[in-house]
Amino acid sequence: MKYLQTSLPEIETAEELKKMQQEHPNLMVVCGRMGPMCIPVYDIMEEIEDEYPHVKFAVMAFDSPESGIIRNDPACRGFMGLPFTMYYKNAEVAHATTSIQSRQQVTDILKAKF
Amino acid sequence: MNDIFDIAIIGGGPAGLTAGIYSSRAKLSTVILNEGSFGGQVVLTNEVANYPGVELTNGYMLANIMKKQAKEFGSKLMSNVKIVSYDIRGNIKSLILDDGRVIKARAVIFATGGRPRYLGVAGEDAYKGSGVSYCATCDGDFFTGKEIIVVGGGNSALEEAGTLTKYATKVTIVHQFDHFQAFPAVIDEAKANPKISFIMESRIAELSGDESLRKAVIEHIPTGNKTEMSIDGVFVFIGYVPNTEGLGDLLSLNQYHEIIVDSEMKTDIPGVFAAGDSIAKKYRQITTAVADGTIAALSAADYLRNSK
Repeated sequence: MKYLQTSLPEIETAEELKKMQQEHPNLMVVCGRMGPMCIPVYDIMEEIEDEYPHVKFAVMAFDSPESGIIRNDPACRGFMGLPFTMYYKNAEVAHATTSIQSRQQVTDILKAKF
Repeated sequence: MNDIFDIAIIGGGPAGLTAGIYSSRAKLSTVILNEGSFGGQVVLTNEVANYPGVELTNGYMLANIMKKQAKEFGSKLMSNVKIVSYDIRGNIKSLILDDGRVIKARAVIFATGGRPRYLGVAGEDAYKGSGVSYCATCDGDFFTGKEIIVVGGGNSALEEAGTLTKYATKVTIVHQFDHFQAFPAVIDEAKANPKISFIMESRIAELSGDESLRKAVIEHIPTGNKTEMSIDGVFVFIGYVPNTEGLGDLLSLNQYHEIIVDSEMKTDIPGVFAAGDSIAKKYRQITTAVADGTIAALSAADYLRNSK
């Protein structure tokens, strides 16, 4: 079931996320809701998608039980703000952030990690 | 880019998009330039229930429809555009972009909007997402069973404080004045809530903790006395700042850095108009931004007709 109104691919299950990690060595996944802190981050991903063809961008609904794979990731320990943004390099967590991020913050991480 | 547009609109929130809808519908060649993504602050509104003619929607959907309308009527939309300088005094106005491109137009509408105000205190940035939040709807459930502070005294602060009592055991409102700016009914509701307490004439001076926020230093403004409070979260709702940086040398701004316009949205430069949250006005709503954008576009069209 899809929850998020974005043009980005929405990961619906933990299995799908694992598959995407295997298929894409550079993967950014934003786990959130259709809320004010999350939407700007989705927008940033949509806008920079063409500039970073070596990165796969996707979203996952925070309220889906399947997103426990992100919510319970040790990298998200102490996170208390949506969205949770995960950067996976070769299926490993390379970086994770909590709450809204600016375009500059996102692209800085993409450049540093991927 | 050598074309000269009839109207260049700076800002892609409700005011700018509405101006674009009206100007492109009037067959005026129109470009809307936006520094980030289109939609403005309205995309940050989770629920829009008071926009006439629309029963219930969210800001993201509403802004997207406005964007679609502006585009379909013929406006050229440019996102992630940064304007580094302006030459807007002559008949042909030039907007110089950071990549060297120059956008030229016969009239310009500033609809640059505003952004939420941050506390600007030590620890705020470090604990963003680990205790500091700006959205009760988004992050409220992370504070279930915890004690939090809400900063602010307007409608947003008091209403969100009420929302947060669904999760938190205790909500303390910290406000800089000895009275609230919220509507009386909102104040009464907050005061009647047994989970809400108030610290008036005070401000947050510092935030600290370990992995998560643990402590706030609260300063009583009249005396300067500081007290420490153990806390799990701080929600900030202290208004907005207009996006008018760099415009002070071009346009008349008031003491709050808002653009001064007349009733036709004219600035003090012929052919230059302004609309929305960046102008000096009392009420900031989607409906008022849309109205400002309409007036600015019609005034700009009038200006162009009379300039021929």
